Amino acid sequence: MASKLPKSPLEHSAGGAGAAAESPGAPPRGLLRWLLTTNHKEIGTLYLVFSLSMFFIGGIFALVVRLELFQPGLQFVEPEFFNQMTTLHGLIMVFAAVMPAFTGLANWMIPLQIGAPDMALPRLNNFSFWLLPVAFTLLLATLLMPGGGPNFGWTFYAPLSTTYAPPSTTFFILGMHLAGISSILGAINIIATILNLRAPGMRMMDMPLFVWTWLITAFLLIAVMPVLAGVITMMLLDINFGTSFFNAAGGGDPVLFQHLFWFFGHPEVYIMILPAFGIVSAIIPTFARKPLFGYASMVYATASIAILSFLVWAHHMFVVGLPLVAELFFMYTTMLIAVPTGVKVFNWITTLFQGSISFETPMLFALAFVVLFTIGGFSGLMLAIAPADFQYHDTYFVVAHFHYVLVPGAIFSIMAAVYYWLPKWTGHYPSERLGRWHFWLSVIGVNLTFFPMHFSGLAGMPRRIPDYALQFADFNLVSSLGAFLFGFSQLLFVVVIVKCVRGGEKAPAKAWEGAQDLEWSVPSPAPLHTFETPPHVTPQPHP
Amino acid sequence: MSPVQRTVSRTLLVLVAMFAFAFALVPLYDVFCRVTGLNGKVDTTAQALVHEGVDESRYVTVQLVTRSGAGLPWRLEVEQRQLRMHPGQTVEVGFTFVNQGAAEQWGRAVPSVTPSQANRHLRKLSCFCFEEQRLAAGERLALPLVFQLDRDLPAEIHTVTLVYTLYPVASGEIARRAPEAQGGEA
Amino acid sequence: MPRRLAWLSGAGGFALSPQVLANGWNMPVGVTDLSREIHSLHMTIFWICVVIGVVVFGVMFYSLFRYRRSRQPQAANFHEHTTVEVIWTTLPLLILVAMAVPATATLKNMYDTGDAELDVMVTGQQWRWRYDYLGEEVAFTSSLSTPRAQVRGEEARGETYLLDVDNPLVLPVGRKVRFLFTSDDVIHSWWVPELAVKQDTVPGFVNENWVRINEPGIYRGQCAELCGIDHGFMPIVVQAMAPDEFDAWLAERRDEAAQEALGVDRDWGHEELMTRGEEVYAAICASCHQPEGQGAPPTFPALAGNPRLQEDLGWQLDTVINGVSGTAMPAFRNTLNPVELAAVITYTRNAWGNATGDVVQPARVAERLAR
Repeated sequence: MASKLPKSPLEHSAGGAGAAAESPGAPPRGLLRWLLTTNHKEIGTLYLVFSLSMFFIGGIFALVVRLELFQPGLQFVEPEFFNQMTTLHGLIMVFAAVMPAFTGLANWMIPLQIGAPDMALPRLNNFSFWLLPVAFTLLLATLLMPGGGPNFGWTFYAPLSTTYAPPSTTFFILGMHLAGISSILGAINIIATILNLRAPGMRMMDMPLFVWTWLITAFLLIAVMPVLAGVITMMLLDINFGTSFFNAAGGGDPVLFQHLFWFFGHPEVYIMILPAFGIVSAIIPTFARKPLFGYASMVYATASIAILSFLVWAHHMFVVGLPLVAELFFMYTTMLIAVPTGVKVFNWITTLFQGSISFETPMLFALAFVVLFTIGGFSGLMLAIAPADFQYHDTYFVVAHFHYVLVPGAIFSIMAAVYYWLPKWTGHYPSERLGRWHFWLSVIGVNLTFFPMHFSGLAGMPRRIPDYALQFADFNLVSSLGAFLFGFSQLLFVVVIVKCVRGGEKAPAKAWEGAQDLEWSVPSPAPLHTFETPPHVTPQPHP
Repeated sequence: MSPVQRTVSRTLLVLVAMFAFAFALVPLYDVFCRVTGLNGKVDTTAQALVHEGVDESRYVTVQLVTRSGAGLPWRLEVEQRQLRMHPGQTVEVGFTFVNQGAAEQWGRAVPSVTPSQANRHLRKLSCFCFEEQRLAAGERLALPLVFQLDRDLPAEIHTVTLVYTLYPVASGEIARRAPEAQGGEA
Repeated sequence: MPRRLAWLSGAGGFALSPQVLANGWNMPVGVTDLSREIHSLHMTIFWICVVIGVVVFGVMFYSLFRYRRSRQPQAANFHEHTTVEVIWTTLPLLILVAMAVPATATLKNMYDTGDAELDVMVTGQQWRWRYDYLGEEVAFTSSLSTPRAQVRGEEARGETYLLDVDNPLVLPVGRKVRFLFTSDDVIHSWWVPELAVKQDTVPGFVNENWVRINEPGIYRGQCAELCGIDHGFMPIVVQAMAPDEFDAWLAERRDEAAQEALGVDRDWGHEELMTRGEEVYAAICASCHQPEGQGAPPTFPALAGNPRLQEDLGWQLDTVINGVSGTAMPAFRNTLNPVELAAVITYTRNAWGNATGDVVQPARVAERLAR
């Protein structure tokens, strides 16, 4: 079964430390080392640490929102600040927490999984990371500017975000441009790495699914981030140079903004979930000790989801006044997405069937992903029914839906990945006991927070309101309690990581008994330089 | 060229193409809207009169609504708020712009049509909405709207609403237009 | 319904009445044929999801339990099965087609706005609604009437907290009403769950939707699209009444408007203008310029102590009547009548220490509007 692994893994990485010592001029130490590093593992770590800190900042914003919504009435913040919190929570979580986390995982793991010595463009890699702190410092600084930060929601619909926006919007646009450039450069690097640096003998259909899903994600990024850049450039022109792309008074069209935004925005949603599919497809077979069911169909399903993502954008706009034909077209295409997504879920479950399953922390998170993501998929299917969407649209039902796919979806998959690969990164197993606490508190917290939102939404509570009618009080109370539980239990996650970096049970090269992929052939912790001599992968049908 | 360079240059090409595509979508969307009638967008140029038999077997009610956007001290009056017409018939309705402000100003009436399926069957032969208007303080300017609804108007449409919203033309646009206007008068 | 959590929220000091609870935790069935259709679509797709969920999660949890390591030390090694894969690709496809058929029919029905007996133009404005009964000479503005003191928790919250307006939209039962939606500033969304009508109001463009209400009653909703600071404070109240009652109401509103128009020509006293102005200010202006005229700079300028306002009446008249392009200040020329305009201008020039002593007569405003 393990014949795919190179015969003597240590051989391929032994040169690592030596090579570093031989290179002219010792690597800079301390802060400068991190600033100048071009090593994919160090950059991966930077991405992950950045993402985790932004996860907490975005989380604090969410807790401010939940605090205000704890009870009817305005108690803690003014509506103006509330709107800034909802907006920045969304922007930070999407662009600064989830996306960089996946890029960080890609940086760390893709070279290890395809047997490459590093990313194809190491210096570019450094640059794309360091754009991020600049971008988000700029974005967060808008909070301190006169008129406050962005207050128009993470979807920044014009003209609320143009004609009626606070003066800081120009800085918001600049920050988004930088974040966008960072993702684009990251994506180019990932594509170049995967297409060119695979170990000899590794065909495309031999690649682990995490690599596959990231390859497809990177193509999505290349295709849609420029569209986002275009949209915010048009906003910039409208705000500062008197054009009227989105201004009806000047002959523009606010609905055009939404078409452009969601042409980017819907593929963006899949950018945040496809790598998660890859992670779960690595973890479930490992702990079920059984090869992934339907590898090829997983690849095809991922590709179909990516292609379909370009044909469904207007399902975010069912109530904006589209003609009947458009409503029908986008309803049908959206419903179609359920098919490849279903295939994935069925494949994971069949992988479990007749396996030999153990329940370490990464597996717990991966299994919770499957269940809770599927629930998010169900509400997504409901939302696809256009006539019913006239009732669901812009209510807490939608909030419940996308948080189910993003929190226990994308974020649980990132946590699963961290628990799964921590032994490889640090050489120690994360504490199983604390990991379980973290898992169960998170699962309970997430469901307490987001499940009642289905009900408040169906009962008629609109999104993005700082105060609500009394019939929504109970649901909001539960949601707020759940949010605080979920938020504070993430401190445990930090404790687990810090403890694991400092010490703990030593992990062997192949840290998990059922693990198959190439990264488990290098020692734990993975030395700074790996696969300087490419490993030989015996071509054979995956797995 | 190394394989990595080749990959990078190809992705860069896609990148540039997609950025351009985003901007190309603006006119494309406009064209798309006009063709499909999406969003009630109306042609901004006059169309030719089509002589087709008037379909006297049915009536369509046409509502004419005028609205004022912020920042323009103008009023747009319509002589008839509602009329009944046959498909194929040519109708003229008088509109009057009144500048109630104390200064000369530029303004435009932004048109919208609903239901959007009707848009494809609406032929405007002459409309004040095709261009900006300039009105001196206190000036009244009467302008007609001449239009047809073609015979192919779907039978289930009984009412068509034409809405005109007055908006000021931004000062930057005026500056750009001023020489043109002078040239026109000379 | 297991909603015994009220004790937890006891700190808020309110009790939930059965009427409020009637909204429950599911989509309301509503009071139109369409809302019923939509509700049944919603329940159908919901139960389909439940059944799929039970099967999928059933197999999953069975596998997790049955094939746990302690019971199944050796895993099987299969990883492909074409027949199964074909089945689970086509079966969902068939379910989706079955679902798409009724959804398409309902959608077509929703788009059929023809043959309406009444046309109402709904205009979104930061942060209130304007209703214009086209061709009926009746139009009015509808804003939140829940006192701000309730929001601040200074007085007990009523049953319809945040869902009360000064002028509800009155509609007849049993007649097809066509809505035309547009906006004066940003995008809003007009939504009443019981009517299953939700439509964005887009500045410069007009959208359509329609309703035929089956039962008289009061139906409440809210703005559904983020539209700025007071997005959460622009509710909708629809009062549906029998057709003859509605006709009487409409006639009465028309008379009132005519009466008000007559009032333009008479000379108004300072006191009556101040009283009327205070009402208008509270309903229309206070959400931005704040109850004490202190504003919220830089977005919403202060009126109290505003030197330009006190010195330049002409400028104030122009600003109120014509609005300011690109800001939340709309043109009130069509929204308020001359009496209301004169009253609110008089009020702002004499309240909160603005002691101009000016009395602006409705006739003066009317003359300006007509010129």
